[in-house]
Amino acid sequence: MGASNFTNSVDNIFLFILAVSVALLVGITITMIYFIIRYNHKRNPRATDIPGNVTLEVVWTVIPLLIVMGFFYYGYIDYKQMRDFPDDAMQIKVTGRMWSWLYTYPNGLQTDTLYLPVGKPVTVNLESMDVIHSFYIPAFRLKMDAVPGVPTKMWFTVEKPGSYQVLCAEYCGDRHSYMLSKIVGMPQAEFDKWYASASAEIEAQQAGTEEAGAAPAGPSPEKGARLVKLKGCVACHSLDGSRLVGPSFKGLFGKTETVIVNGKEEQITADEDYIRQSILEPSAAIVKGYPPAMPPQRNIVTDDDIEHIIAYLKTLK
Amino acid sequence: MASHAIDVQNAQENYLEVKGRWSGILSWIFSTDHKRIGILYLVSIAFFFIVAATIGIFMRLEQLTMGPTLMKPEVYNRLFTLHGVIMIFLFIIPGIPAILGNFFLPIQIGAKDVAFPRLNLLSWWLFMIGATLAILTLFLPGGLPDTGWTFYAPYSIRTGSEVSLAVFAAFILGFSSILTGLNFVTTVHRMRAPGMSFFRMPLFVWALYATAWIQILATPMVGITLLLIIVERLLNIGIFDPTQGGDPILYQHLFWIYSHPAVYIMILPGFGVISEIIPTFSRRTIFGYKLIAFSSLSIAIFGSLVWAHHMFVSGQSDLANIIFSFLTFFVAIPTAIKVFNWVATLYKGSIRFEPPLLFALSSIFLFSIGGFTGLMQATLPINVHIHDTYFVVGHFHYTMFGGTIWALIAGILYWFPKITGKMYNKKWIYVAWAFMFIGFNTLYGTMLYMGWKGMPRRYYDHLPEFHTDHVIATVGSWFLYTGILILVSTLIYAVYRGTKADANPWGGTTLEWKTSSPPPLENFEKEPVVEHEPYYHEEAIR
Ligand code: HEC
Ligand code: HEM
Ligand SMILES: [Cu+2]
Repeated sequence: MGASNFTNSVDNIFLFILAVSVALLVGITITMIYFIIRYNHKRNPRATDIPGNVTLEVVWTVIPLLIVMGFFYYGYIDYKQMRDFPDDAMQIKVTGRMWSWLYTYPNGLQTDTLYLPVGKPVTVNLESMDVIHSFYIPAFRLKMDAVPGVPTKMWFTVEKPGSYQVLCAEYCGDRHSYMLSKIVGMPQAEFDKWYASASAEIEAQQAGTEEAGAAPAGPSPEKGARLVKLKGCVACHSLDGSRLVGPSFKGLFGKTETVIVNGKEEQITADEDYIRQSILEPSAAIVKGYPPAMPPQRNIVTDDDIEHIIAYLKTLK
Repeated sequence: MASHAIDVQNAQENYLEVKGRWSGILSWIFSTDHKRIGILYLVSIAFFFIVAATIGIFMRLEQLTMGPTLMKPEVYNRLFTLHGVIMIFLFIIPGIPAILGNFFLPIQIGAKDVAFPRLNLLSWWLFMIGATLAILTLFLPGGLPDTGWTFYAPYSIRTGSEVSLAVFAAFILGFSSILTGLNFVTTVHRMRAPGMSFFRMPLFVWALYATAWIQILATPMVGITLLLIIVERLLNIGIFDPTQGGDPILYQHLFWIYSHPAVYIMILPGFGVISEIIPTFSRRTIFGYKLIAFSSLSIAIFGSLVWAHHMFVSGQSDLANIIFSFLTFFVAIPTAIKVFNWVATLYKGSIRFEPPLLFALSSIFLFSIGGFTGLMQATLPINVHIHDTYFVVGHFHYTMFGGTIWALIAGILYWFPKITGKMYNKKWIYVAWAFMFIGFNTLYGTMLYMGWKGMPRRYYDHLPEFHTDHVIATVGSWFLYTGILILVSTLIYAVYRGTKADANPWGGTTLEWKTSSPPPLENFEKEPVVEHEPYYHEEAIR
């Protein structure tokens, strides 16, 4: 059994074409070498002119034609299945952005690793927040572009429990090769348990904000730590002081630094307001020495999220 | 061989000795002699090739270890873009037509020059201006573009690197290409010597003729597309940018409508070169002349109808995918026909095994691998898996480098004595071949394998499971590069110190072998008259 329901069928077509190709290539090469030796001018001092042969030429037009039509047909059958979406599939939204993947489950639960039940068809609905990305799972033999403004989708069934690499396959800028994630396939029962507990947490959170008066949840550094991973901030901001595309989060809070506002340099202190603005409207003040590469996060993080993130940043001394 | 060709030798000054209005370097860069222009292209294009190959070596070095090795991601991304842009726009598209076509198309049809010699010189100048503009981006604040050679929107619209100027440079290069195409079509129609009917033209001329039509018809498409990118970047009108209601997939269509036919601009002339070399070294006529000539035309036509096979996972409709997959398989047929006909031409020949034949046959072998991997990619479900992986990188290096560039090298080795009047050291050429052949397959064969395993292309870094493969590929690149350096130095050495070459050292039958080496300014002592098909070897049994 393959990792996904398409793994084996794609491998079989590939091996079939590979076998035919190798046979033809070896045939052509051996013939070439044989002629070179057999008809070397020492063995064959006078050449014979053969300007052509209609039968032969018809044969080697028709046979390759039949072979490639076979390839096409074989591929077409499998492809039709890839594009024949089952009605009972679980619907997952996958959002690509520079440079991370975000998964949204039917109930609104969001994760940065995609947990899926084994044996159940899944439809992945792709969207992109910025440039084109491509959602690629080599073990499943599947990929599909995430195009801004154009909804795309693909489907599969995970057949074997395990952890599978997810990569971005459409070049999307500096950290393209780090736009990685995982799909974890688990037995249905295990998945149900995980899904229930992860969803409960979300509900508790939402309930918490609604009942803010009763039990003030307050900004929580733990939630902040989760959010910077989930929302893809760590794709550009390191937590250990090293420089990625943007400045590191380490020691950021309370730091005095130079920013460029409307083309003029200014000194600022990174307080709560500055950080709030940096997240919602990054182009208002660009940190000196960095490119204006941060996308506005207005649709990605809520005001509450920002409070949690700030609380977390304060702990990163 | 010691026939009347030799008497011609001393009768007229050859094109290298002729004193014109200018001297020194000016006698080259202002020359309207198609032969000198061919050499101008040879020198400039060879220079760009070495630069881009060196960049390739650096890219491979970056992959030698996991994590950062030599450079940062923003440098790597600019390097593969520059490597791709130079290899495509400055090397392989002009490539064979500009170098060997300029030099030999007029001679092979018995003409004194191309139809518009000044336009020909203008093409070279446009080519150099375009190249200079592309290099200028290096010195602007945004630096070299970092989009990949395909300039996909919306990334190319958002990036801070100097895409506009680079794209404008490609636009100018397009004009150079169109003008060359126009010149060749007119030359073939108007300038053939008496007796040179269409079906007595050498197959190299047929290939250039088919290519010239694609150049004229398809290049304006890419010109418009590239201009749209500039307009979009400067004026923000929203053709491709989805945040303004544009369609990024439209860009891909427009881009590939040109760039797919462009791959046939790249390969057809290479097929032409092979069709010259095989009959010469087999001492017999080519098998299936007309079929080869027409297969060039049908590749040109079918090749224009398959562009969307680059977009099977782009989000275009499933029906479009199925239709384009179907059409793509048809391009394989004329290509397969050519290969079979070449092999059949060796049959009952009287074969002289020399370096040009070795490179031509290697080109067929490597191109076949490119062709078979192409069939795999044309198969829809396989494409879904290997699209945008190293499999594709391996595939196009096998076709373009293995097919076209090896054929270009074969052509240069074949015509070197004609162009320079000198012969190179064949032993060193065989040494270079061995290094190149081993290195090539180690490098690109491994790429095919990692691509199938799921290694995406344009990746600055790689995961542990690909590490061994990357190390092997990098070692392969050293062999390949060493081979290239040996080849180039052997040829440069031969220009200065080579032994003197005969007018017809290989026993060729086409018109260029009936004039002296190097040829006189106007190519022939007196206008040749053509009485036979191009590959008529007198001594062959009929
Ligand atoms: C695509 C890369 C990218 C992503 C994703 C990203 N940022 Fe940024 N960020 C940058 C860059 C580049 C800068 C520096 C330029 C600027 O000031 O806009 C920056 C600046 C900042 C600053 C100001 C830092 C300083 O030193 O003053 C903060 C705070 C910040 N980002 C927070 C976030 C948060 C929170 C997220 C996730 C919700 C996030 N960023 C996601 C690229 C990114
Ligand atoms: C010494 C010779 C060469 C080496 C070592 C080399 C190596 C490479 C490497 C490592 C890549 C990038 C893979 C990636 O990260 O995706 C690449 C891409 C490419 N190469 Fe080469 N190559 C060589 C010659 C050529 C030739 C002769 C051509 C064309 C005729 C060519 C055309 C290209 C193109 C078009 C790309 C794609 C660039 C892009 O992704 O935008 N290369 N090459
Ligand atoms: Cu991406």
